[in-house]
Amino acid sequence: MNSRTSPAIELRGASKVFRTPSGAPHTAVRDLDLTVERGEFVAVVGPTGCGKSTTLTLVSGLEEPTEGDVLVGGEPVSGIADDVGFVFQQDAVFPWRTVLSNVMAGPRFRGVPKQEARERARQWLTRVGLEAFEDRYPHQLSGGQRKRVSLAATFVNDPKILLMDEPFSALDVQTRALMSDELLDLWSGTGASVVFVTHDLEESIALADKVVVMTAGPATVKEVFEIDLPRPRKVEQVRLQTEFTDIYREIWSSLGEEVRITRERGAGHAA
Amino acid sequence: MRPDTAGAGAVLDKAPAAAGQERTLSRQRAARRRNYLVQGARVLVLVGVLGLWEWFSRAGIIDPFNFSMPSRIWHQIWTWASNGTAQGPLWVQVWATLYEALLGWVLGVFAGVILGIALGRVRFLADVLGPYIKVLNALPRIVLAPIFLIWFGLGPASKVASAVVLVFFPVFFNAFQGAREVDRRLVDGARILGASNRQITYQVVIPSATSWIFTSLHVSFGFALIGAIVGEYIGATKGLGLLVSASQGSFNAAGVYAAMVILAVVALLAEGVLTFLERRLFRWKPTESGDGR
Ligand SMILES: Nc1ncnc2c1ncn2[C@@H]1O[C@H](COP(=O)(O)OP(=O)(O)O)[C@@H](O)[C@H]1O
Ligand SMILES: [Mg+2]
Repeated sequence: MNSRTSPAIELRGASKVFRTPSGAPHTAVRDLDLTVERGEFVAVVGPTGCGKSTTLTLVSGLEEPTEGDVLVGGEPVSGIADDVGFVFQQDAVFPWRTVLSNVMAGPRFRGVPKQEARERARQWLTRVGLEAFEDRYPHQLSGGQRKRVSLAATFVNDPKILLMDEPFSALDVQTRALMSDELLDLWSGTGASVVFVTHDLEESIALADKVVVMTAGPATVKEVFEIDLPRPRKVEQVRLQTEFTDIYREIWSSLGEEVRITRERGAGHAA
Repeated sequence: MRPDTAGAGAVLDKAPAAAGQERTLSRQRAARRRNYLVQGARVLVLVGVLGLWEWFSRAGIIDPFNFSMPSRIWHQIWTWASNGTAQGPLWVQVWATLYEALLGWVLGVFAGVILGIALGRVRFLADVLGPYIKVLNALPRIVLAPIFLIWFGLGPASKVASAVVLVFFPVFFNAFQGAREVDRRLVDGARILGASNRQITYQVVIPSATSWIFTSLHVSFGFALIGAIVGEYIGATKGLGLLVSASQGSFNAAGVYAAMVILAVVALLAEGVLTFLERRLFRWKPTESGDGR
């Protein structure tokens, strides 16, 4: 297959089985088929614990699939590719490095000279509005600011594949809306393909070109919805459109069922 | 919220602000008073203990020959400091002990950190060497001091060796634990950002293990001093341990206590230096929780 025309990410019948501490196998995701086109923003929603994070670790190369294929740029994933960026749910900033040094970390790891790394880091810090905070340590920042550091530290590597695992779920509602807008702004023009995992359906519709609904765990793709809202978008405005509520209702009728199944299972465990 | 909004409110609302200020001041005063009280009580405890000791000794309630008394100990320190000890000037003895302890400590810390990190990072090494290290750790290592004396002679080498074996284990176990407990997310994050295994070891594992390692440095400097002193006590040509054994040999109880006091001062100074270094190194930490001790 031609690597120029192949989709950015392709999962073909991918499954992941973990060994639990007791030794019993536990299937986290099964028979996963998913395609992300180049430059596409795909949001993945599904009930908690269904296997969304696992899906991302498969794409990132942090974990290997037990069965099936995971292709990035038409090539099977082996190890961590250079052009992948990953924003985690909790901050993965280095607490002993200053803000600037955190953003420089990626280029420095990849052998970019110090001077150049610093310049690139400063540019991204300016884009996320933290240029005045470059000498601070992470514990001296608010949660939203730390998230911005994570974003800058990820974008500074120019990732072609951007994986985000509930990146804003730890933030308060206002900050989350702001960060969503900022993310769209940072992303536009990079041409990166994004897989954005969230449990917030509104967020997923406001951000994405395509919303993927996953089944209750072990997850597989249940349905894929195209979101035809025009870009550039402002999250708060998108939410007020009537199309938005229509789409929301449609997706929720699919997702809600899986959430209910998961919840009933939880209740079953409790009983 | 800006800090000056509180100030603006205060201008509009004078009476409550004044009351608030009054409250702040009285709270500060109370805190200061408590501080004085604690300091005063501390001094009182010291004076009380020393006074009782002196009095008991002078009154013959305890035998001054065995238990000595503060005034004699002080006199002994003073004599050693001004006229030197039977083994030579006092500072030479202090320096000898400090030198052995420091050298042993540095070597032990190096070995402990390097092996601890290596075993914490490389599963294979941990599996192979783990049992041996456990066995060695179970050995009461102070009994090695006489063996080191036979191997390395009366000079500093035997004391350094005793200090090394005492220092190594706590540092090793802490470094090992520190390397094992590194936040998985930080390691994954670094790998995604493009870090090699080597970069992860040096730039993620070692920095996160430093707080674990530092915890063990405090304890282990004490161990280094113990190693040096015990080594000197068993056989040496100089050092505070030699002062102890020489004083003991001439039934000079005050000399034994005096050497102990000097040792305590040395240990406290070393602890102070370590705490200072730690503060500089851990500027990135939120705040020192509590006040340490
Ligand atoms: N390393 C692992 N070992 C064993 N089980 C795991 C591991 N990682 C995830 N799981 C299990 O796989 C399932 C899916 O987890 P995850 O992908 O984190 O779900 P989500 O991100 O959708 O909440 C969960 O039941 C979880 O307990
Ligand atoms: Mg998750």
